[in-house]
Amino acid sequence: MFAVTAAALLVAMVLAMCRALLGPTAYDRVLALNNIGTKTVVLIAVLGFLNGRPDFLDLAIAYALINFIGTIAVLKYIEYGDLGAPSRPGGEAD
Amino acid sequence: MEMAVTALTWVLLMAGAFFLLTGALGMVRLPDVFTRMHAAGMTDTMGAGLILAGLLVHTLAGGGDLAAVPVRLLLILGFLWFTSPIATHATAKAALSGGVRPFTLAGEGSGAREPAPGEAFSAGQSGEREGGATS
Repeated sequence: MFAVTAAALLVAMVLAMCRALLGPTAYDRVLALNNIGTKTVVLIAVLGFLNGRPDFLDLAIAYALINFIGTIAVLKYIEYGDLGAPSRPGGEAD
Repeated sequence: MEMAVTALTWVLLMAGAFFLLTGALGMVRLPDVFTRMHAAGMTDTMGAGLILAGLLVHTLAGGGDLAAVPVRLLLILGFLWFTSPIATHATAKAALSGGVRPFTLAGEGSGAREPAPGEAFSAGQSGEREGGATS
């Protein structure tokens, strides 16, 4: 049953990758990449159970956090053009 | 008992896979970035939630090391459920301030990028209101 779930995850990742390649705006691509990252987290967890090694869950936790930070960083770069830009006009750089 | 646990795990995993595939199909088929966010959010919440719940049922029924694996599954679930709405909100905010006009049935906005961001979005809003009145 884990193999079926992993196959469904891979198919869904391929569809999301189609959107990341086709997407007319950069936001479509960021959304698709964030979604692929979420599916990768679940895929790592399922693969750990498939191989009988639940230690993979630690990797999934780390990947979830890195995926979120990466998405926010790319969005901030697209929106402000600078990773050190203040988040509101006149605010301090963070 | 054993069979009931296996059946429950199957049901949870397959329901999660169904939501994943539906959300991925929606991300390909829907017209603009805001509607695609709706499909992507369903993937994050229901798909990942049901699959991780299936893994949790499988682990809890199998006994063994009860401390390590369920706690990690719940941590992953907690991180995903906290971070994915924030990421989706940030995407929506960046897309709006970047000048993407929301798709409407009146034909206003096609998900394409506008040349003048601030002006374009307010114009899109009034256009949307007019479109809603005429249709």
